[in-house]
Order: sequence, then C-alpha cells, then structure tokens
Amino acid sequence: MTDSRDEPLVLGIETSCDETGVGIVRGTTLLADAVASSVDEHARFGGVVPEVASRAHLEAMVPTIDRALKEAGVSAKDLDGVAVTAGPGLAGALLVGVSAAKAYAYALGKPLYGVNHLASHICVDQLEHGPLPEPTMALLVSGGHSSLLLSTDITSDVRPMGSTIDDAAGEAFDKIARVLNLGFPGGPVIDRYAKEGDPEAIAFPRGLTGPRDPAYDFSFSGLKTAVARWIEARRAAGEEVPVRDVAASFQEAVVDVLTRKAVRACKDEGVDHLMIGGGVAANSRLRALAQERCEAAGIRLRVPRPKLCTDNGAMVAALGAEMVARNRAASGWDLSADSSLPVTDPHVPGHDHVHEVGEENLYS
Amino acid sequence: MLLLALDTATPAVTVALHDGTDVIASSSQVDARRHGELLLPAVDRVLTEAGRKLEAVTGIVVGTGPGPYTGLRVGLMTADTFGLALGVPVHGLCTLDGLAYAADIEEGPFVVATDARRKEVYWATYADSRTRLTGPAVDRPADIAERVAGLPAVGAGALLYPDTFPRAHEPEHVSAAALASLAARKLAAGEELTAPRPLYLRRPDAQVPKNYKVVTPK
Ligand SMILES: [Zn+2]
Repeated sequence: MTDSRDEPLVLGIETSCDETGVGIVRGTTLLADAVASSVDEHARFGGVVPEVASRAHLEAMVPTIDRALKEAGVSAKDLDGVAVTAGPGLAGALLVGVSAAKAYAYALGKPLYGVNHLASHICVDQLEHGPLPEPTMALLVSGGHSSLLLSTDITSDVRPMGSTIDDAAGEAFDKIARVLNLGFPGGPVIDRYAKEGDPEAIAFPRGLTGPRDPAYDFSFSGLKTAVARWIEARRAAGEEVPVRDVAASFQEAVVDVLTRKAVRACKDEGVDHLMIGGGVAANSRLRALAQERCEAAGIRLRVPRPKLCTDNGAMVAALGAEMVARNRAASGWDLSADSSLPVTDPHVPGHDHVHEVGEENLYS
Repeated sequence: MLLLALDTATPAVTVALHDGTDVIASSSQVDARRHGELLLPAVDRVLTEAGRKLEAVTGIVVGTGPGPYTGLRVGLMTADTFGLALGVPVHGLCTLDGLAYAADIEEGPFVVATDARRKEVYWATYADSRTRLTGPAVDRPADIAERVAGLPAVGAGALLYPDTFPRAHEPEHVSAAALASLAARKLAAGEELTAPRPLYLRRPDAQVPKNYKVVTPK
C-alpha cells in the first residue's frame, strides 16, 4: 500500500461563475471544500450578473483560502501545487481566481496549474469513487454547460462527443422556474415541485431525438418555448396552471433526453462507465432515471454527491493533483484567464523557462 | 522596510520595489487588455532586477483605483494574496493620489483625471501633490467643466478631453514608483494608509432581465 503522504497535496481555486471555491486534496482524498456563494446577490436579477460575481470573488477569496487551509489542517508551505480554473467561464470572474492563484503559487514557491473547468467537473469524481476508469464517458449538465465528453486520460485527452446547440440544461430549469414564478436558481425548486407532480401529465417535446438529428447533441430551447407557451395558454384562458405537473413533465423531458443520449454514447463507444457532473447532476429524477437506464444497459454509473457536482474548488484541486501525479507541465506566470478555453485542453501548460526565473528569485 | 507596490487601475501595469529610501527597481507596461498576464512576470522581473526575494518584502502597497474594474481587481487580488501568503500588511492608496504625487506640483490647485470609459473620467482635485481636496468621483467631462476651469490637469482622462482640460499635461498614467514613494513617505510619517479595497464609484451594471415575455400570439 502506498503511503498517502506521497500523494500530491494541491489547493484548487474556482471562480468561473458565482461560487468562490477553494478546495484542498491529497491525491484522490478530499481534505477541504470551502465555498462562498454570491447566489443571493443574483437572485433578484434572475440570473448571474457577471460584475456582481467578480466583485464578490475579490471579497471572498482570502477568507475562503483561510477557511480551506483550516478545514484541511494543512500548512500552505506543504502544498505541492496550486491549481486554478483558467476557463471556460465568465472572463472577469475567472481573472480574479487566476490572479489569486498566481500570486499564491508565486509567493509560496509552488508550481501553478491552470486547468479546464469541464475536465475538473469530471475529475472530481475521483474524490468520491476513487481513480477514474479509463476511458470514462461524462455527462456534464449545469446552468452553463450540457456536454457529453469521452476521456481516456483526464490530464491529456478529453474529447467532445456532443453538446447543447442552444441553451444549457440548467438554464432551461432557471427559465421555466421564472415563468412559473418560483425564483432563482430554478433547479432545486423544480425538482421539489416535480416530486408531487405527474411526469406524464403533459407531453413536452424531446429536442434533437429524431432519426436524422445529431446523436449526442442537445437542444433545450424548443422545449423551453413549448413549456412557456403551454403555461401562457392556460393563463390566457383564465385557468390555473398546474405547477407540479408542469414541473414534473418539463423535468422528465430534460432528463429523458440527457440519459437516453448518454447511455447511447456509452454503448456506441463501448464504454462501461458513465459519470454525471455539474449542478443539474443534483437533480433527483436525473439520478434515478440514469441509474435505471445504466443498470439496464450494464453500465456503471458514477455520480458524486451534490456538493461536489456544483462548482467548487475541490474539483480544481482534484485535477491539479492528477496533473502533479502525472508530471504534466506547470503553467507560466503569464497564464491568462480564457473564457472560451476549449474542452480539449485539460490544462494550460506554460513555456518552461518561466518558472525557473521565479524559483531562482525565491530560493537563491 | 521593503515595499512592493503595484497598480493596475489604469492602462499601465506597474510594479516597483522601495527600500524605505529609494525606489530600487520598477517596471511599467501600458496594455489595457493584458493586466492579468503581465502583472506577475513584472513582479518577478522587478525582484530579479533588485536582487531581492519576495519573502524579504515587509509590506505591499496597491492602487485601489478608481479604474476599470476588471484590470483594477487584478492588482488588488494579487496584493491581497501576497499579503496572505507572506503574512505582511497590505496597504491601499488611491490611484489618483499616486498620479498626483508623480505630477510633482507644489502649488495647486490642480486636477487628476483618468479614463473611466463610457465618455466619463475618474477625477479628483489637489492642493499640492500630497493633499487631495475633493474626490475621487466619476463624471462626464462636460458636467465638471466649470469646476475644473483654468486648472492644470494630469492623467489620460485630462489628455483625452482637451475641451474640458485645456491645460492637461503628463504624466498620463500612474507609476508604482510614485505610489511606493508616497506610501513610504506616509508610513515613515506614521500616517495610516487605507484598506486595500476597490474604489468602484459605480454600482455594478446589472441589467435586470425584462419581465417575462408572453410568447403566445395575442
Ligand atoms: Zn461548472
């Protein structure tokens, strides 16, 4: 048995959206997962306001790093690296985290790893279920993304199988919740109402499921419009809107398509593992239906606990630790935030001389 | 005393090291779109040039703006985190005060104005290079023309609007060297510096989504 002390101790910083996350892991073991959320400040706008998020990140960063270190019971000088979400995400929000990570790594004399937010969402499952099977099929669903990804090595090879051609799945939840006057964010509240509704009450459309449609892409815009029209028609006729049935039927349409396509991708590619991540992975119906369909298809389903599915620093630390363990090149001090970092880049390696200059400074 | 000063509140990414007597190394690059990329390498360069290690720094000085938010936060976040990692105090200084100090004008009053974008300027007035009279504030140049009439002015915001600031001259941007010198002088005199918190001066742009639009035909 290897001594867990040999595994890399990494601190991860995540600021791609409205959560300021700082996590600490040792290898595949979670030591701390500190998150400060600005969600309440966005609620009255019905969506994340980028400038509000950026301001909140700046205020929350230092206290959140402190909290994570205390929670983990480790000292910053023992870290083997500092990882940070380099993208994709909100440009201004990302830049706050990247600035903090660079300054922290530089001041501590540790290597810096700018990593991909989507790959981090996949890698976080190592903290829950141990090393990722290779290959792994991943379904990432949140307010910002809806993607099917295939990875043979999370530090170097992530292939996009399909993604949404319009709205993200979580975005559709937010919009329908708004139409139903249920507030923001929409995911948890729709899930709650749906539990008391009939998922077959209304036959909402399943986007991109026709025989000639792309097999692994998603579309939720048409569904969103259909649900809104249906509700408006009721309101226009002076009838009461059956909120629970609408929530259940809408949610069923979303999770039906998501799980159907994910299972199909696994079968087509001969992959016997499916992981689901992102904020929408907390949806109870998505978990239940995915479990049912994976079991029927002989696929092993891995879904981290809800707190690890939403944006957090632990997922960034998890991928950073994997970068250290697999000897991937560190990022340069000129690392930039890239709001549209391609999913095919799990990390942003630097030009090698940059770190040497810095370390000379610190240790000479 | 070894102060590391940095400012990213104007198009300049500027870093300086001050030993309590003099500025011993500095760097200034003007590139309004790459604050995030340029700052850390600049810090590294300045330390190398001075032959010092970051851990020898006894305090951080950071320009708190006002300035365009995205760039402004790069400096503040970097300063905050250095302070955390090194366990040294982080001092804030109004960026316009740094510019006023760099202007080196003994007899005021004069104006410091930087570009606030959206056809506005961040501005403040000074009695001399070390004494702020009013501001900082953010306004349209035409709206403050009367209040700044006849006064000398420095900063890119003044140079940009000659109708309002006919007596505008250099310096255009703040330098960390000036910020460091001003901070060293204030600290030596036992003056308190401000907390390293951003001077945004404007509320965040928050477009409240329009009320849910009816999509059924009327
Ligand atoms: Zn995410």
